[in-house]
Amino acid sequence: MNSTEIIQLLQQQQGPALAAAVADGLHPHVVVPADRLMAVATVLRTDWRLRFDLLRCISAIDWPAKNTIELSYDLLATARGHSFAVKVLLDRANPRVESLRGIWPAAEWHEREAFDLMGVTFLHHPDLRRILLPEDWVGHPLRKDYQYPTEYQGLQLNP
Amino acid sequence: MNEIERHYRYQGDPLHEGEVPSDIRTEELTLNMGPQHPSTHGVLRVLLQTDGELVLKATPYVGYLHRCAEKMAEQVTYRQFTLYTDRLDYLAAMNNNLGFALAAEKLGAIEVPARAQYLRVIFAELNRIASHLVATGCYGLDMGAFTPFVYCFREREYVLDLFEAACGARLTYSYITIGGVREDLPEGWIGRCREFLDYLEPKITEYNNLLSYNHIFINRTARVGVCPPDLALAYGLTGPCLRGSGVPWDLRKAMPYCRYDEFDFEVPVGRGEQGTVGDSWDRYFVRLLEMIQSVRIIRQALDKLADGPVQAKVPRLVKLPAGEIYYEVENPRGQLGFHLVSEGGTSPYRLKIRGPSFCNLSILPAVARNCLLADIAALLGSLDIVMGEVDR
Repeated sequence: MNSTEIIQLLQQQQGPALAAAVADGLHPHVVVPADRLMAVATVLRTDWRLRFDLLRCISAIDWPAKNTIELSYDLLATARGHSFAVKVLLDRANPRVESLRGIWPAAEWHEREAFDLMGVTFLHHPDLRRILLPEDWVGHPLRKDYQYPTEYQGLQLNP
Repeated sequence: MNEIERHYRYQGDPLHEGEVPSDIRTEELTLNMGPQHPSTHGVLRVLLQTDGELVLKATPYVGYLHRCAEKMAEQVTYRQFTLYTDRLDYLAAMNNNLGFALAAEKLGAIEVPARAQYLRVIFAELNRIASHLVATGCYGLDMGAFTPFVYCFREREYVLDLFEAACGARLTYSYITIGGVREDLPEGWIGRCREFLDYLEPKITEYNNLLSYNHIFINRTARVGVCPPDLALAYGLTGPCLRGSGVPWDLRKAMPYCRYDEFDFEVPVGRGEQGTVGDSWDRYFVRLLEMIQSVRIIRQALDKLADGPVQAKVPRLVKLPAGEIYYEVENPRGQLGFHLVSEGGTSPYRLKIRGPSFCNLSILPAVARNCLLADIAALLGSLDIVMGEVDR
């Protein structure tokens, strides 16, 4: 299925849940509200025409000007040979969204990474803690307004 | 950590709970494997909860090699970041260069000349062979077979010599750049490459006799660390780990890039020849078979190689238009993805890197449960992780 057909199918099943859809270009995707993400992801995973069985990546992108943090879930259907992406836009001050670990277990580590580096809270995640940085690190480095620390455990750091 | 975050801390996950029969339970012991351990292939720490010889729970701790590659990408130019991609999966630097170059080229609509396309395929496949040789040799070493390790590194040396002749470096090449490859081949390189391919092919049979069908090796790896296909897909496994589980998915076939559609090659999958589909032996053997396919691809690419430019006309300071792309290539360890977001400047606005080893390692807690302690090394080795890519 191509992106247009996937979007049509999603609109049939989840009509008002889709906030926006981009069918062509280099990164076709749909944007869904955070509270509808679980429902849309379930359709993407279970619908027999879609069958997105491989979660490739969860990318978190910080947009201070729009006051949002964007999460992009890139999906692949190995049996069908098509790919697609779902995006959610979260409030930058309090980014939180339902964890998709129950649908794609691969999300567990990707979500931990987004939590660690971008400060996104994933609700009902079984093990939400930092993954790449030390547990006592302060702040989320991939935020655009991240302040570089001057000291870590007695070590002087030069930016 | 605020109140909400603390609330969603680990509460116990039914997937990870042990189901050891009560009559063989003894006192539980927590064991630390790594970060300095020969079979963790780098600085990986696995916290093992053991009951006698059984592993009840394995928790990997990663991040010891974190070098903020994604943050650095936002501060350097596109060309400069090519050098950082070398350091992701340092055993397959050519493939990393290729993935990043393709993502940037797709976003900037840059056409790459035909000769450069074939050169890219040749170097990517040579690097795949070199990387699989390390995986094969080190896996033998993990299982207590020292000789194959020496043989594999001898063969890898020929590949590194070829790379050195072409670009001067033996590990961090930065040879495949945005717009093509850095320079053309030196005199006599193609002949040397063909010689190497003729030399390598019979060696694979030698490895089979020496290691693959060795009874001790089979006993250590067959039916050990089994990843069923649905579990492998659920945890996002790609590359030889996914194909070892019997899923015939290869990006070079399914979504061809770089003219891979012009070549005739097969996608080997695990068939459970020595035990179960998706066991450690299958993952190991798929890599050996892939080397033969890589030899086939390189031979065809060498035949197709015609004279021409090796670089598109791209300015020194690359500027990409505003937009975003998620692009993946088939690395030796799986699918390496770059999510590139550009705001139209000379450096990425955001670059997210999907390291295949990162996802491949995430399956460890699910598979290591109720495994024997000695089998953890067999499982970890067959996943073939490179920590430079896990931690980025």
